[in-house]
Amino acid sequence: MSGAHILVESLVKEDVNTIFGYPGGVVLGIFDALFDAPLRVILTRHEQAAAHAADGYARASGKVGVCMSTSGPGATNLVTGIATAYMDSIPIVALTGQVATPLIGGDAFQEADITGITRPITKHNYLVRDVRDLARTIKEAFHIASTGRPGPVLVDLPKDVTVNEAEFKYPKTVELRGYKPTYEGHPRQIKRAAEQIAKSERPVIYAGGGVISSGASRELREFAHKIQAPVTLTLLGLGGFPASAPLFVGMLGMHGTKCANSAVSECDLLIAIGARCDDRVTGKVDKFAPNATIIHIDIDPAAISKSVVVDIPIVGDVKNILAQLMPLVKKCNTEAWLKQVEKWKKEYPLTYDKKAKTIKPQYVVEQIYEATGGDAIIATEVGQNQMWAAQFYRFDAPRRFLSSGGLGTMGYGFPAAIGAQIACPDRLVFDIAGDGSFQMNIQELATVVRLKLPVKVAILNNQFLGMVRQWQKMFYGGRYSSSCLADNPDFAKVAQAYGATGIRITEKRHVRPAIETAIKTPGPVILDFMVEREENVMPMVPAGAAISEMIMEA
Amino acid sequence: MKRHTISVLVENHPGVLARIAGLFSGRGFNIESLSVGETEDPTASRMTVVVQGDDPILEQVTKQLNKLVDVIKVSDLTKEDFIERELVLIKVNADGRSRSEIVQIATIFRARIVDVAPKAVTIEATGTEDKINALVNMLKPFGIREMARTGTVALMRTVR
Repeated sequence: MSGAHILVESLVKEDVNTIFGYPGGVVLGIFDALFDAPLRVILTRHEQAAAHAADGYARASGKVGVCMSTSGPGATNLVTGIATAYMDSIPIVALTGQVATPLIGGDAFQEADITGITRPITKHNYLVRDVRDLARTIKEAFHIASTGRPGPVLVDLPKDVTVNEAEFKYPKTVELRGYKPTYEGHPRQIKRAAEQIAKSERPVIYAGGGVISSGASRELREFAHKIQAPVTLTLLGLGGFPASAPLFVGMLGMHGTKCANSAVSECDLLIAIGARCDDRVTGKVDKFAPNATIIHIDIDPAAISKSVVVDIPIVGDVKNILAQLMPLVKKCNTEAWLKQVEKWKKEYPLTYDKKAKTIKPQYVVEQIYEATGGDAIIATEVGQNQMWAAQFYRFDAPRRFLSSGGLGTMGYGFPAAIGAQIACPDRLVFDIAGDGSFQMNIQELATVVRLKLPVKVAILNNQFLGMVRQWQKMFYGGRYSSSCLADNPDFAKVAQAYGATGIRITEKRHVRPAIETAIKTPGPVILDFMVEREENVMPMVPAGAAISEMIMEA
Repeated sequence: MKRHTISVLVENHPGVLARIAGLFSGRGFNIESLSVGETEDPTASRMTVVVQGDDPILEQVTKQLNKLVDVIKVSDLTKEDFIERELVLIKVNADGRSRSEIVQIATIFRARIVDVAPKAVTIEATGTEDKINALVNMLKPFGIREMARTGTVALMRTVR
């Protein structure tokens, strides 16, 4: 069997049914083998979009996403998507073509050292030098991507390796002596944690994306209710705990709620679960939960005490550890604390000028939330659109919110929405976009039109790079350097030119009807909401400040 | 800042050195010395890395090294009782008048003369880094033309 066919058979063995990719010189043989394979190949119009689509597919489904490109520029175009998945611990396998092994290192046509380039942004990567290693490498790649702390794995496939023949034998198990993730928590640490929880009167649970990748939302819900602790989530954790639950206090960090940040600042016990204490969450590190004992549950030992010093680390899978912890804990004495938290919640709700005559971007997000019954998959781009989506769309279930948190990649949302729609064909998928971000992968209109994918894009069009403008207004004296996009094209017309439905909305009263129309219209719809131009995302913790020092209004 | 000698057992694959080196440089750690070679098991190599850093930084480095799929085991030998050695080759100016003095210094350090020419000798020495530094300092006044050091290799002492 040729290497190309071994690759395809291996993917079938891994239960892959969709590949997001783009063909080119050295992968012609692989694409030829894919032509009549029981796999769906989704042609994106840029390799970056293939990587983001694989990422969106993985976030929405929990399965490993797969993307493929040719060598050289094809491979380097995947890089941003791979880095995005790396920062957010998303399992994807990226397959890249490479020039034939005798040519490697000789500056051949379309050659790039992609394993060298992606070394710091992959969980692991491979350059396959011998067709006899191919099946085992694919097996290992999927194993590494999906276990432990998930992440992207790249497999570089030289042309001759895909042409050469070998017997196809797919290994049943993986033998990697340097890779043994810890799943079970240490019983003594779990016991210590339970003792601290029993003593606490002002506990806060701070949970992140680990809850979602571990599939532990139910365990988190039961745990929080049992000990009666308020729960805050990171951006990537949204949906990991129901936003409608009374114990939920909102997102924390830079654009989190005042309630969440106050609760973290004044708690006596912080239980960090599957979260990595990112700087956008902690603000000034030494003022983060300053009076608290900190318990940190994470599958990655390197995430523990990286920035915030932890008192009780528990390394292992969040779902297992919460299950181990449950029988050891009981209801904490938190009545007074919950009353205080409730007071903050009432006093400082997320809000905006609801009486405004113009279209407020927050209003658009709220209307999407209501029109979809809170049940859509929401992808976002990066910037103000992302923060408003996080603040005003209330997620009650995991794998509904797809957003580039760590890397902050503009252009992520639209292709991620494509991946999610492919993974979940019966679900409603929205990309909440900005006019800047949308243009970073606008070519994917061709992808959704060809596949008749019913992805809906809601552009919060303020004709600015909104978050850049907001910072320029607040911290750079209102000098709008390179952030004004007043000469944007008419996105509705652009959509129409591609063959999608495009609607421009300029009046508040047309917002809800346009959303309803989009939901009813089959196929892709681009909604271009002409929103208030200089709206700011509030509240806000200025960069480097403590999270207790929130600015409530600009 | 404390000096740490870290012993890293890794898969003997192409690209592993780049991964380890990249991990240090990508996180802003300066490697003082690094040596690599095969072990008793030909599928594994041992890297001995000497770095300076505070304890939290070293802890982070150790954890990050452990995360690499190609890394089998990481030990910070500084916490243990360990043996360390370094090898050096020093080409030093030596004419008729200074040669015997240089040979005497070499003898004191249990070093060997491995090459002699009319105007220079090359000395081979092994020992701890401190000993090598002392030898280098003794030879400096004669004029060191060239020098090559291996960096430290180290093993934990066997518990008796």
